[in-house]
Amino acid sequence: MTVQEIGRPRRRKEDARLLTGRTQWTDNLSRPGLLYVAFLRSPMAHARITGVDVSGARDLPGVVAAFSGQDFAAEQGSLPCAWPVSPDIVIPDHPPMAVSEVRYVGEAVACVIATDRYRAADALEAIEVDYEPLPAVLDMRQALTSDSPKVHEAGNKAFSVKINSGDIEAAFRDAPVVIDRTYVQQRLIPSAMEPRAVLADTDGDAFTLWSATQIPHVLRVMLAVVTGIPEHKIRVIAPDVGGGFGSKLQVTAEEVLCLLLARRLGRPVKWTESRSEGNLTVHHGRDQLQHIRLAAESDGRIRGLQVDLLADMGAYLMLVTPGVPMLGAAMFNAIYKMDAYEFGCTGVFTTKMPTDAYRGAGRPEATFGIERVMDELAVRLDLDPVEVRRRNWIRHDEFPYTTISGLTYDSGNYEAATDKALSLFGYDKLRAEQADRRDRGDPVQLGIGVSTYTEMCGLAPSRMLGEASYAAGGWEHGSVRMLPTGKVEVITGTSPHGQGHVTSWSQIVADALGVPFDDVTVLHGDTAIAHKGMDTYGSRSLVVGGIAVFKACEKVKDKARKLAAHMLECSPDDLEFQAGAFKVRGTDAQKTIQELAYAAFTAHDLPDGVEARLDSEATFDPENYSFPHGTHLCAVEVDTETGMAKIRSYVAVDDIGKVVNPLIVEGQLHGGIAQGIAQALFEEAVYDAEGNLLTTTMADYLLPSAADLPGFTLDRTESPATSNPLGVKGVGEAGTIASTPAVVNAIVDALRPRGVNDVQMPCTPERIWRALEDRAQEGARR
Amino acid sequence: MPRITITVDGTTYEEDVEPRLLLVHLLRERLGKTGTPIGCDTSNCGACTVMLDGKSAKSCSVLAVQADGSDVVTIEGLGTNGSMHPMQRAFHEEHALQCGYCTPGMVMAAIDLLRDDPEPSEETIRHGLEGNLCRCTGYCNIVRAVRRGAQDMGRAVSAS
Repeated sequence: MTVQEIGRPRRRKEDARLLTGRTQWTDNLSRPGLLYVAFLRSPMAHARITGVDVSGARDLPGVVAAFSGQDFAAEQGSLPCAWPVSPDIVIPDHPPMAVSEVRYVGEAVACVIATDRYRAADALEAIEVDYEPLPAVLDMRQALTSDSPKVHEAGNKAFSVKINSGDIEAAFRDAPVVIDRTYVQQRLIPSAMEPRAVLADTDGDAFTLWSATQIPHVLRVMLAVVTGIPEHKIRVIAPDVGGGFGSKLQVTAEEVLCLLLARRLGRPVKWTESRSEGNLTVHHGRDQLQHIRLAAESDGRIRGLQVDLLADMGAYLMLVTPGVPMLGAAMFNAIYKMDAYEFGCTGVFTTKMPTDAYRGAGRPEATFGIERVMDELAVRLDLDPVEVRRRNWIRHDEFPYTTISGLTYDSGNYEAATDKALSLFGYDKLRAEQADRRDRGDPVQLGIGVSTYTEMCGLAPSRMLGEASYAAGGWEHGSVRMLPTGKVEVITGTSPHGQGHVTSWSQIVADALGVPFDDVTVLHGDTAIAHKGMDTYGSRSLVVGGIAVFKACEKVKDKARKLAAHMLECSPDDLEFQAGAFKVRGTDAQKTIQELAYAAFTAHDLPDGVEARLDSEATFDPENYSFPHGTHLCAVEVDTETGMAKIRSYVAVDDIGKVVNPLIVEGQLHGGIAQGIAQALFEEAVYDAEGNLLTTTMADYLLPSAADLPGFTLDRTESPATSNPLGVKGVGEAGTIASTPAVVNAIVDALRPRGVNDVQMPCTPERIWRALEDRAQEGARR
Repeated sequence: MPRITITVDGTTYEEDVEPRLLLVHLLRERLGKTGTPIGCDTSNCGACTVMLDGKSAKSCSVLAVQADGSDVVTIEGLGTNGSMHPMQRAFHEEHALQCGYCTPGMVMAAIDLLRDDPEPSEETIRHGLEGNLCRCTGYCNIVRAVRRGAQDMGRAVSAS
């Protein structure tokens, strides 16, 4: 009797290496004759470079070379933006090393290559750069005024897009209720625990680049495009990668320059960032100003929603910078039905580090906006926040449902997830306690936050990406090969960096081929091994890449069936596949998949049209996005005297369809929820009035520790996806998307009796205390 | 250049080091002990935590010369006879790691906190690990793993 692997909480195959230090982080790797690269970075937010003198550095012991941006001007190309979201988008030239102008603090202006990293760092001090300061551009609204200094000659507007569906004017005309709010999505620093690192080597003709990247395949194409080195001469390897969260979904200046330095010097070079360098120069996340208007009937039913975003691009457009806010375009309407929707977004240049994908990318921002506004609607109508959502959400019997923004949600059950969450949370009891504390005037008030989210992930149907002007497809590739001894080697185009693909893909293959879980190995992250792939981001790996592996298994079985029929002298239709063997119906005759693998290896007696070796490959291009959903509830105790907010309990009921490995899913949700809470309570990238980043270290940028976070209570409902044969949905970003509004809604809920209806994130004790003080003083003035 | 003598994972090394060389760089770049990673430059993240003479220490905050004469145990030397330490096993069983970058330091810090309290409460564990950051797990399963590791280590002690 074979145990079903899909659905089992398998412990991970990845762990043993990671737990014993036998790791392959990029910074662990070396090559004979390795040199170390260090970059000199701009201390100015905006300046003209009038001179760079690297000669002082060149003379120091251990220094092999030193270069300015000018030294690479002819070959370094421009860092790519793959998502021109509008026809008239401004994509400024983005030299990997600045040549004539710097536009954010941290931009590379020169580099040193030395025999060890200490000497490389020392030599940076001997480089002289002359800057002619230019005005910093820091505030998006000011940046769009006509008298603002310009970040780029073409101006400070990167693009402006407006999307309409339904009659928005009619929806707002004579609407009984209009909610009008502006929210700030603060800038975040993704902070994967492994800093970025790049190692490049060449044999004089071809190049190998190891990088702490999420996207070895995309990176290879882009390196070829940017540098002109032919694509077939570049091999990219993502060895062990220590987290990404979108921050390693990038084509970076350092990757391009290390490749070019290896070419220039004919020697291997390595660069590893320090954390403070990383905080300055790993792309940031979020940073939006959201103006949201919602029109509703007096019973709470939504008539229309109008969203106007300003999205801070930073100084340049990087790989998917402009696409991030646009991913929110179809998500502000969320799980709700409405008659009209208008989405406008303007991308704005500032003299800050560019923004780009960070866990959720556009969907957390949208979910925050709508879920905050839904709470305001509930308050206006004196309805429970759950009830106002219930009156608007898509009912389970309405799926598949095409939303006002044009997406078709395939499956879901918001009622079931919400009911389960309410009961686990003890919602009514907590509301009673809240009322009691309010009545008593308890200095510690209780707030309850609701977040009923969905999101679009599993990027993505290639056709839809084409419609959205994205420069690549969204398919994924998998190969499955039975080895002569009956073991299975799987090659996936996804590039895991903590997600456990080796384990989950092994479970999928074990079920599909009827082989033991331990007999499967999974290779990834090397363009010479995984020859096709679109990598890992956007909660796509399982729902696109895992399905490609599953489909490759189906093809392997088709081939095995032909071979089995030939060997057993029967028709393929007489065979049934069971527990890893093809059996002739009604007899004992059978061939195991391992026997067939061996027969296909010897190839002594293959039927016509069947090639040697039992293997196959498949690409999968999904027909639709994946739409996980769920209900998150958060109880927060807010000390009104100190402003301290403490999460007392957190319940999440998520529906991600069928689950391959519940342990891994739980881990993804835990980590995702923690990151969303971190945005709500702790994290913010802060620039001063001159454009200096103040949060350059982990001492200044507050990542939550174990002591700052509560435990989470998780449960699931299961509405299988209809867009893939395993019924699975993405889960990598769901927790982050859901949790931020749950926490902030809870804090605001606690403070409502004191007249507070918003606290800007991160909701630090000081901000909460000031919000209370401001209302108290207003009250006193009245 | 000062010469130091240092024992790492049971092997004694004599090395000439620049006075400014950090212990973590000695481990990683001179001794090939790359199992101990570096996550920050302000001693906030704890990824580089090792045992220095039996107590946990952030090896980015110790100069190699300060470790002269010391006995260092890294994640690579924690297991015995090819089998993992009970705390490493507990991290595996409880799915307390994802990308694994913080894991060496987290395991070391976890073992260290049990020296003070062999049966820690959840709160003690959470505060005891305050100096070690993880971006993947939300800490839930790390807390579970430390509890399980503590129980298994307790059992191992009482059995011996």
